Amino acid sequence: MPLVEVKNLRKSYPRHVAVEDVSFHVERGEIFGILGTNGAGKTTTVECLQGLRRPDSGSVSVLGLDPATEGKVLKEKVGAQLQESKLPDKLRVGEALELYASFYRDPADPGELLRQLGLTDKRDSAFGTLSGGQKQRVSIALALVGSPEIAVLDELTTGLDPHARRDTWKVIEGIRDRGVTVVLVTHFMDEAERLCDRIAVLDAGRVLATGTPAELRHTTGQSTLDDAFVALTGRD
Amino acid sequence: MSAFAKILSVETKLTLRTPTWPVFGVLLPSALLLGIGSIPGMREPGPATGGARFIDGWAPSLIVLIVTMLGLQAIPAIIANYRESGILRRLSTTPVHPGKLLAAQLLINTVVALAGVGLLLAVGAAVFDIPGPRDPAGFLLALVLGTTSVFSLGLIAAAVAKTGKSAGALAMIAYLPIMVFGGVYLPRSLMPHVVQQIGPYLPPGVQALQDAWTGSGPQPLQLAVQAVFALGSGVIAARVFRWE
Repeated sequence: MPLVEVKNLRKSYPRHVAVEDVSFHVERGEIFGILGTNGAGKTTTVECLQGLRRPDSGSVSVLGLDPATEGKVLKEKVGAQLQESKLPDKLRVGEALELYASFYRDPADPGELLRQLGLTDKRDSAFGTLSGGQKQRVSIALALVGSPEIAVLDELTTGLDPHARRDTWKVIEGIRDRGVTVVLVTHFMDEAERLCDRIAVLDAGRVLATGTPAELRHTTGQSTLDDAFVALTGRD
Repeated sequence: MSAFAKILSVETKLTLRTPTWPVFGVLLPSALLLGIGSIPGMREPGPATGGARFIDGWAPSLIVLIVTMLGLQAIPAIIANYRESGILRRLSTTPVHPGKLLAAQLLINTVVALAGVGLLLAVGAAVFDIPGPRDPAGFLLALVLGTTSVFSLGLIAAAVAKTGKSAGALAMIAYLPIMVFGGVYLPRSLMPHVVQQIGPYLPPGVQALQDAWTGSGPQPLQLAVQAVFALGSGVIAARVFRWE
């Protein structure tokens, strides 16, 4: 059984339909990319996975549970890194990790996580003094501190410089190597191509195509994922 | 450590690292008492205040100042900032309910309010011979009910405001009447009759505080009204609260 299964998901807000009709599944141990431009419905889709929003129709199953009704159980097992979410500036890195560790029944060792993410020497630094890349690594550490089976990472590298982006990519590959399934939301083609085992391409609330980066290039007859994406969305 | 104990300890540390509100809440009212009390006419019986000392009548209004500053400025600003920067949303992806963060902030600000009132009582007694509460139990009850009623009003503003700034603007709707009717800006004895009639029933219940402090004990009806305010506002805040 797939770890995540989404069927005909639909979610509208008072003024617009964010997700029209989205279906995909995620297998255990893969990095699954949700790729699309701004407003494609990526964030709303993963928010439904996390139980943060209730779908209008369609079905969502995560680890065999329904996020809308069994969200509390699910939150123990799904780690999240949210777009545009901060920590208090004066909170220190070590304190943040220990605080979030206390929320879970079976947390990871905060010190060990900091070591793996190269943050050991930032343990006593206030969050507000960190660089963009360091903040993202703290955010990833918080997503992993509950020892999740699935990590949902939303727009992880937006706003990072090229070096920090590549460092973050290595961290994400490291997460998969630990056996954690990753759902990665991104609008960067190079990021999706480099990291993702499979990708769902979203546009205007619909899935245009699903497959490995190579399959997407192949079916569209393009040489890069970038071109494949343009061919799929039918826009320049 | 339980999640709540951990949240409380972290929030306490954060509060002490940027201690703006505790400093204002604890020190400002006592400083005002010292400042006004340094004027001889304010600490002697005078005809304008019906033969009583001005300072005796004004001291309870400084409790209104403490509770209102913390409840209608600090709490809405802190909570709305947490919402604005996505901290509440981030918490809602964990097994912990963000309400625990709210509870921690209410507790911290209650302790700050009690510290402010404690210092005010101490300064009043030591410097101006204002005796301690004659009805300590009634005073504590009036203080707890009054604090709860104002904090609950602040929670309504905190519940719906999208940003720290708009929380402050929303809370201002309750802030000004409470400060005016509570006699913070102008002694209640100098205000129009109708203001004097309404003031005792508005949160946090300045008259009950005064009656318990220097008088013969608070009137049950005035306390009951505070309890109703606290409960009503609490229910409204809980209904309209948005975590993101």
